[in-house]
Amino acid sequence: MSEPHQETPEELDRENARPVDRPAPTGGRTAEPPAETVRDEDVLLEVDHVTLRFGGVVALNDVSFSLRKGEIFGLIGPNGAGKTTCFNAMTGVYRPTEGGIRFQGESIVGKKKHEITRGGIARTFQNVRLFPEMTALENVMVGADAHHKTSVISALFRLPRFWREERSGRARSLELLRFVGIAHRAGDVSRNLSYGEQRRLEIARALATNPTLLCLDEPAAGFNPAEKVELLQLIRKIRDTGVTVLLIEHDMRLVMGVTDRIVVLEFGKKIAEGTPAQVRDNPAVIAAYLGVPTDAA
Amino acid sequence: MSETASSFRENGGVRGWLGRQPIWVRWLLILAGTVAAFLLPYAEHVPLIGPQIVTEGVDWSSALFEISYYVLLALGLNVVVGYAGLLDLGYVGFFAVGAYGTALLTSPDSILYEDTGWKWLMAVPVALALTMVAGVLLGWPTLRLRGDYLAIVTLGFAEIIRIVATSTTTLRGDRGFASIPHPPGSWGGEPIFGVTDAIPYFWLGLVIIILVILGVRNLDRSRVGRSWLAIREDEEAAEVMGVRTFKYKLWAFAIGAFIGGLGGVLFAGEQSFINSQTFVLQFSILVLAGVVMGGSGNMAGAILGGVLISYIPNRLRGLSVGDTDLYEYRFALFGLAIIVIMVLRPQGLIPSRRRAMELKDREKEVAPQ
Repeated sequence: MSEPHQETPEELDRENARPVDRPAPTGGRTAEPPAETVRDEDVLLEVDHVTLRFGGVVALNDVSFSLRKGEIFGLIGPNGAGKTTCFNAMTGVYRPTEGGIRFQGESIVGKKKHEITRGGIARTFQNVRLFPEMTALENVMVGADAHHKTSVISALFRLPRFWREERSGRARSLELLRFVGIAHRAGDVSRNLSYGEQRRLEIARALATNPTLLCLDEPAAGFNPAEKVELLQLIRKIRDTGVTVLLIEHDMRLVMGVTDRIVVLEFGKKIAEGTPAQVRDNPAVIAAYLGVPTDAA
Repeated sequence: MSETASSFRENGGVRGWLGRQPIWVRWLLILAGTVAAFLLPYAEHVPLIGPQIVTEGVDWSSALFEISYYVLLALGLNVVVGYAGLLDLGYVGFFAVGAYGTALLTSPDSILYEDTGWKWLMAVPVALALTMVAGVLLGWPTLRLRGDYLAIVTLGFAEIIRIVATSTTTLRGDRGFASIPHPPGSWGGEPIFGVTDAIPYFWLGLVIIILVILGVRNLDRSRVGRSWLAIREDEEAAEVMGVRTFKYKLWAFAIGAFIGGLGGVLFAGEQSFINSQTFVLQFSILVLAGVVMGGSGNMAGAILGGVLISYIPNRLRGLSVGDTDLYEYRFALFGLAIIVIMVLRPQGLIPSRRRAMELKDREKEVAPQ
């Protein structure tokens, strides 16, 4: 895997201040710790020593962590740390160069994007990617269609299954629009929705695929503080329906406020993992975000 | 962004008006339109208007039949280009497969004649299945390509079909297939589908067109149509939302091929003779021009486009300005008409509302103001 690396004084420093639940990253697979006392059946998604290279660039370097059922999990890090890359690997957009990703015990590496979605992982995009000329309702119905079985033939002849699924899909989509708070825009073309509404619509569309795990890629980007508070409430509400949430976020306050556990990436490496409180006090994290004073080393 | 109409329901124009009418008014209008279409062959007897529509010296019912299969082709291509957003430049290939399929199974010139020699109606399902297979065979390896690359491959496909038809002895090239049987049926001892009168063929074409419209409309307003639209708008987002993009693109191809094949089967049944000269590339381009001109992504637009591409050149026959016979310049004039329409209405004559907006969005991207 990764080349055995010399620990710099800096890193040793981090070791000393490291919160209790995480042993030293001595590099190499053998030293990978039983990170926490996680029972296997609690693990929903496992990122196992994933390395992802683009040519000579190592975007992810031996990253491992796992998500537990029912938690809100934060993936944070400074710009270019590899958060979105990691996210893309988990949703099938990129294929890891090395390592494995297992969802509910089953490897998802090499699976098609739509298979992964139907398997229970839904996502939103960092820069909103709705179907701009479809109405809000239709957007959500595309998500709901993921689990529909209406064939071209039954759509062509309007067989009973078509009516049944069309009706239930519509009802469920409306319910989801209500859930995210934009039911009044159901009939409007999504490009005419406000930015905040579009973000909510994207979440509704992702939820319509009936996910076990919902991945949100910087959902608060471009939000004002009031909107962020509303988003926090929405994320909690989603979790309360039994969906596990993975949150990629820039805004530390938002992440600290809502997540149960956090993994911090920097330069494609995991530099910390723990509860928000643990991560906040981790000097490596502070260094990554604020930089290290020259006299610290 | 918010300045554009915020909802389809608030649209003005004829369609906006139509949308506000009670359902029975709409049905009545549709019924009236259908009846009028069936009465079109008798348009020349209508005083004042008749002579304006009908071209002197041209068999009006044959011209109408020609319009009907052009409309059929436009409807089929519209599924591929307008709905799924796949640029197909070789659509005539499917028309050819439908026609040749019929010919091979029915014509005495066919090497299969000993074994088959079927009636027209028996050959239809097989020929249509053949075109769908052709659609899938073409789509399977090529639908992974996008945009221009797909266009080039489909262009090649149509040329391959034409060249194979020209150069293989089985498909008889220029000599073609003769005596392809007409559709069945008789009325008072006389066969309905005869040699001289093209009206029954036009009616048959109309019936098929109506069935195709109903079928495509059903597909459009289902998860199939939503998937096509999602693919057209953002293919990757569609896939991430669980849409099997490849499957639905392949279906679009197969359905388009099927409808194109219908046109071919109908054509072979009326003409009774086909050869490789019929299926030239211009044909594909012409139909595509019709779809784009009429308004791709919208069936009414595609139908209008199909009508125009076959009607305009025909109408120019016998018209003259001074000593110049306009018919000689029909392609130039036709090209001019297309250019004028595309300049004035780039979204097409009867555009799909969505398509029109997509186009506007793209314009903004190109030339931000």
